[in-house]
Amino acid sequence: MPTTKIVLRFPPELTDQPVTYKLIKEYDLMVNILRGHITPKEEGMLVLELTGKKQQLNRGMKYLANLGVETQRLSKDIRWLKDRCTHCTACTSLCPVHALWVERDTMMVNFDRDKCIACEMCITVCPYSAMEVQF
Amino acid sequence: MKTVEEINEKIKKGKALVLTAEEVIDFVRHKGSKRAAEQVDVVTTGTFGPMCSSGAYFNVGHSKPRIKIGGGKAYLNGVPVYTGLAAVDILLGATAIPDDDPRNAVFPGQFAYGGGHVIEELVAGKEVRLTATAYGTDCYPRKRIETRISLEDMNEAVLFNPRNCYQNYNVAVNVSDRAIYTYMGVLQPRLGNANYCSAGQLNPLFCDPLYRTIGIGTRIFLGGGTGYVIWNGTQHNPCVPRTDLGMPRVPAGTIAVIGDLKEMHPRWLRGTSFRGYGVNLTVGIGIPIPILDEEILVQAAVRDEDIVTQIVDYSQSYPQRESESLGEVSYAQLKSGEITVDGKQVPTASLSSYAMAREIADILKEWIQGGQFLLTECVQRLPSRDSAIVFKGLQEKPFRARNPI
Repeated sequence: MPTTKIVLRFPPELTDQPVTYKLIKEYDLMVNILRGHITPKEEGMLVLELTGKKQQLNRGMKYLANLGVETQRLSKDIRWLKDRCTHCTACTSLCPVHALWVERDTMMVNFDRDKCIACEMCITVCPYSAMEVQF
Repeated sequence: MKTVEEINEKIKKGKALVLTAEEVIDFVRHKGSKRAAEQVDVVTTGTFGPMCSSGAYFNVGHSKPRIKIGGGKAYLNGVPVYTGLAAVDILLGATAIPDDDPRNAVFPGQFAYGGGHVIEELVAGKEVRLTATAYGTDCYPRKRIETRISLEDMNEAVLFNPRNCYQNYNVAVNVSDRAIYTYMGVLQPRLGNANYCSAGQLNPLFCDPLYRTIGIGTRIFLGGGTGYVIWNGTQHNPCVPRTDLGMPRVPAGTIAVIGDLKEMHPRWLRGTSFRGYGVNLTVGIGIPIPILDEEILVQAAVRDEDIVTQIVDYSQSYPQRESESLGEVSYAQLKSGEITVDGKQVPTASLSSYAMAREIADILKEWIQGGQFLLTECVQRLPSRDSAIVFKGLQEKPFRARNPI
């Protein structure tokens, strides 16, 4: 079954909607919450990994769009600015999914975007601003 | 036995055998140290890491009418510089931050811009904003100036680093229950990660552990240009426990370096931000070791597995200046990506870039092979383990009024 990682942005009036519940119950999707930042009456942000049949995924996405939730594919969001990277490796031990890893022969850093869950730990630890987030 | 002069003659003729500190390891393994010492002329080393005791001084030229910035206040891109020098000489420190930076008011602060970043931008050829205020004198009437300025506009721009190139450094861990934000990076609670900061077998002062060839006057690769060792660095502490090969088991020697900033390159001088801690400059340094005898060669060919350092807790031991080690590990273990502390597997990461250190050693090798970089004999040696230097802490002494009122 296909999996997609998406970033959801909620306008203030939608932060009290049980969106995750509906995606599971009515659209039969497996939902894995990767990150969330929701404050009542303020804008909210949720990063989800959705797994389900293609048709169900499309229906679920349509539901979110009709509700007024902005959605964006996650893979676009964390960028590794290779030119700024010094390959110090400071980010690699803190990346929870090993999307950032060290090739031991060359001691150089690599970034697997597919594995990235946009936890932003690398943005906190990179001393050279070589990791960038774009939500 | 060779002399620096003989090695330089070979370099000029294009006949010198130059190897990096990595390449020489295998060379010695195959040839044996005696034969290798006869054949190898130079070993090149490299390091690329955050070095906070760094800075640059500038002579910005005299405006018309003149202003005496000396004794006044001045900023480069909002970062304060030291003005307690002559009228238009200013000194910028790598760790300086703008007066209006929020610092750690909202913890952990970002420290997005500071002295290190100004140096990187200047070296990249960019113009920065110079603002200064002065009190005005008969000979320097002007009280305020605001202008754009680049390295090209300045009379002198000199990188001047009082302490670089640490010979060995602690491995930082955190045994507490909360994440901490240090100059050794973000350290996760309960031994979540371990950060080290050395190029190990490529590090210049590991390759000459007792400072037999690196001394005052040694010509080096500095920030992509040429520089010189001008003194021992601050906190130079040679009298520490060492291995049989002379490698210090704890942080030990340091060097002070200088060089023309105008000839350097931003790839090798990088502004650096440590969350919750501050701003820094990451400096690239490479030092050639002339192979004068077998002992110098054997030390230059040291391997990561033969260099050790101490694991230090940065939640309690370091801030409270307690010198407790949680264990000793080798750089080979650190570079494998995992060490064991207190029976727990802990992932490791470095703050110093081994990949860039390797590139520096390669560049320096090319410079020497190409005959464009000759070796120097140092004019004075750095204090070594026979110096009886004692590394002092600050003893706080209460003030006593001399003339009680």
